[in-house]
Amino acid sequence: MEKYDIVIIGGGPAGLAAAIAAKNDGADSILILERDRELGGILNQCIHNGFGLHTFSEELTGPEYAQRFIDQVKALGIPYLLNTMVMDISPDKCVTAMNKTRGMFTIQAKAIILAMGCRERARGALNIPGYRPAGIFSAGTAQRLVNMEGYLPGRNVVILGSGDIGLIMARRMTLEGAKVQVVAELMPYSGGLKRNIVQCLDDFHIPLKLSHTVVDIRGKERVEQVTLAQVDTNGRPILGTEETYDCDTLLLSVGLIPENELSAGMGVLMNPVTAGPKVNESLETNIEGVFACGNVLHVHDLVDFVSQEAAMAGKSAAAYVRGTHRQGQENSKPVSIKAQQGVRYTVPDTIRPAYMQDKLTVRFRVGSVFKNCYVSVYFDQERVMQKKRPVLAPGEMESFTITRQQLQKYPDLGTITFRIEQDA
Amino acid sequence: MEEKTLTCINCPLGCSLLAKMEHGQVVSVSGNTCRRGDVYARKELTNPTRIVTSTVFVTGKTASMVSVKTRQDIPKEKVFACMDALRNLTVKAPVQIGDVLLANVADTGIDIIATKNVE
Repeated sequence: MEKYDIVIIGGGPAGLAAAIAAKNDGADSILILERDRELGGILNQCIHNGFGLHTFSEELTGPEYAQRFIDQVKALGIPYLLNTMVMDISPDKCVTAMNKTRGMFTIQAKAIILAMGCRERARGALNIPGYRPAGIFSAGTAQRLVNMEGYLPGRNVVILGSGDIGLIMARRMTLEGAKVQVVAELMPYSGGLKRNIVQCLDDFHIPLKLSHTVVDIRGKERVEQVTLAQVDTNGRPILGTEETYDCDTLLLSVGLIPENELSAGMGVLMNPVTAGPKVNESLETNIEGVFACGNVLHVHDLVDFVSQEAAMAGKSAAAYVRGTHRQGQENSKPVSIKAQQGVRYTVPDTIRPAYMQDKLTVRFRVGSVFKNCYVSVYFDQERVMQKKRPVLAPGEMESFTITRQQLQKYPDLGTITFRIEQDA
Repeated sequence: MEEKTLTCINCPLGCSLLAKMEHGQVVSVSGNTCRRGDVYARKELTNPTRIVTSTVFVTGKTASMVSVKTRQDIPKEKVFACMDALRNLTVKAPVQIGDVLLANVADTGIDIIATKNVE
């Protein structure tokens, strides 16, 4: 059986950054497994600009951002296999994969980095009534068809969901000559960035209907009509508010779900809020030597943060393989991080002080919009840090840095709690 | 005096801006909570520009489309003229990131460059 120190599942932005960081940290037996025909993952179809502002201080398109990491992987001589689908990972880190040239094969790894990304929520998960004709696409599928395969999936479009991919596709389809009639959003606020609402919808006079959803789809072979209705505060359609649009296409941009079948199959424990693995300070799952990063861990809005997080996972995996991951003599008992009062989740959700680097970035999301508030961090009952924020929104991932020095002052610490508070 | 409303895009606050204009010039901006809102409103109301990103056909081994962008932002009213110029463009591989695929698109003085390598 082939053996590698570190096997990385997925060659998108997370897998690439993890591989580079592991290699730069001294690991030299690394393999990336990628199911698509090229490295770069979903960035290859994200041809719009705005990527990399934090990392490179310039606005790149998705393929340009990906290429910077692909170039490094190639320059470092890190091996990768394309068109290769991982079928199974055993709890003792034996990877079963297949591709056209080698058929089914197995690889034994000392450490695994899970970097499989996420996929789009589909119509079936929403229980939208109506016919099931051709012409209903997830926004990401439409994006791949237009930007990579060169097909326009429809000419007269209704979009459900105002996530960023839906907004980006409203502009993209319009530029390619399609008529985008309306974007409907179930929630009373958009899940997308302000910038995208202005530049993808307002620029082209595409209306955004908040608190609206699709209540009917008609057409036997191809979509012919989509009916929208306003919803009440419980998300239930209000009778009499229906409006029917003649169209040939319905795009769905209704959320992303981390793709964790492989993780769950090997016994990795999941956080029900993120639908990604529960991880410690090293981004290590409950299985020793199995790490997770990027959208498989929790869905990000900026790829820059994916790259940073993945570099951390790569470094952790390299240290684990070397056996140098323990940093000091502190307590190795995990301190749990709790998300409360407006904070939906944190990544990581435990810290073992003895294994912590000098600084740890804790990423989190809030559950609703907060204005003029404070992010507070409690060590057990004591509030030790507070940061004023003019606005916090569910669509924007937040972060907070905790240092090893701070934790050293609290040797008996049991719980760290994150809360949103209105008062200082 | 003419009044225009717009939404600032610089941060998630998304301030609603009210700009007062006279003879095509912005006289005052209100509603912004920081300086970036003022700068944004003045630029957006007097000289709005956009980077255009799209794809064109490529005769290559590794892909059938190559992604492209305007090297710099172009006037907003030229966006559709730019798209028209790209519609029937087919380029030959190999293509490298940064290669000029169409010079001076829609008389903007700005080139269309590749944003992906295609063999």
